[in-house]
Amino acid sequence: MIGLEHYLTVAATLFVIGIFGLFLNRKNIIILLMSIELMLLSVNINMVAFSSFLGDLTGQVFTLFILTVAAAEAAIGLAILVCFFRNRGSIAVEDVNVMKG
Amino acid sequence: MIAFSFYLFSICVLVGGFFTVVSRQPVHSVLWLILAFLSSAGLFVLLGAEFVAMLMIIVYVGAVMVLFLFVVMMLDVDFAELKAEMAKYMPLALVIALVLLMQFFLAFGAWDANSAAETLRGNVTPADIPNTNALGMILYDKYFLLFQLSGLILLVAMIGAIVLTMRHRTDIKRQNILTQIYRDPAKSMELKDVKPGQGV
Repeated sequence: MIGLEHYLTVAATLFVIGIFGLFLNRKNIIILLMSIELMLLSVNINMVAFSSFLGDLTGQVFTLFILTVAAAEAAIGLAILVCFFRNRGSIAVEDVNVMKG
Repeated sequence: MIAFSFYLFSICVLVGGFFTVVSRQPVHSVLWLILAFLSSAGLFVLLGAEFVAMLMIIVYVGAVMVLFLFVVMMLDVDFAELKAEMAKYMPLALVIALVLLMQFFLAFGAWDANSAAETLRGNVTPADIPNTNALGMILYDKYFLLFQLSGLILLVAMIGAIVLTMRHRTDIKRQNILTQIYRDPAKSMELKDVKPGQGV
């Protein structure tokens, strides 16, 4: 019998894989964005699992909003990436220190 | 059967996620990520959330991943150089991942659902109408403002992406319709009286 814990385990492992990807690909911003998508996916799995096992639809509604924000974030991130590549000719994020913030 | 599907889909999600972050070619990463999203849609179907599952396929696989694929193929980047330092970051990444994983499992080991949680439900799943129908009934009613707000977020993202990537190139020829309209024969044509045997 598959319970809530099984889904939570999958989501937690996926989240850890996302964090692992963030630390592993520190120079490659495309993979960084994909790792963020993975982490958002794991949050979505958590939301839907709780929503399903509690019998409460609110979790699925919030999944829709997370999906929206994730799509917007990916679009803006890739636009910034294209803009950056056009100006600098590379996508190495370690070079992004011009503003010295 | 449900248990088999669950294990199949969750193994596909985890394998897809893992190879997304470790594969050497970014195109392969995108394809592995598509596998992860498709199998997570399968997990959502198992959970009874069909609408979110279809949305996952349409929005993520159909739009976001195609955008990623487009950008990966459009940018001419030397990915071998970017990946060369992966081994340098591997120990730190492994330590952080293992610590986080252990923390998650410690937390989940001590965690137990409160039996009173069911009394706090805000939108109880209706038993007699389909998932998509029920979601629409509360999304267009109770969460209407948030729904509009998410539309606004998408609009801002769209305008931002267009503004960021648009550039006006000056080194190419463009059609200027106004100057075409305002041309007249007197200015654009010159009649020369060429004498025979002399040329222009």
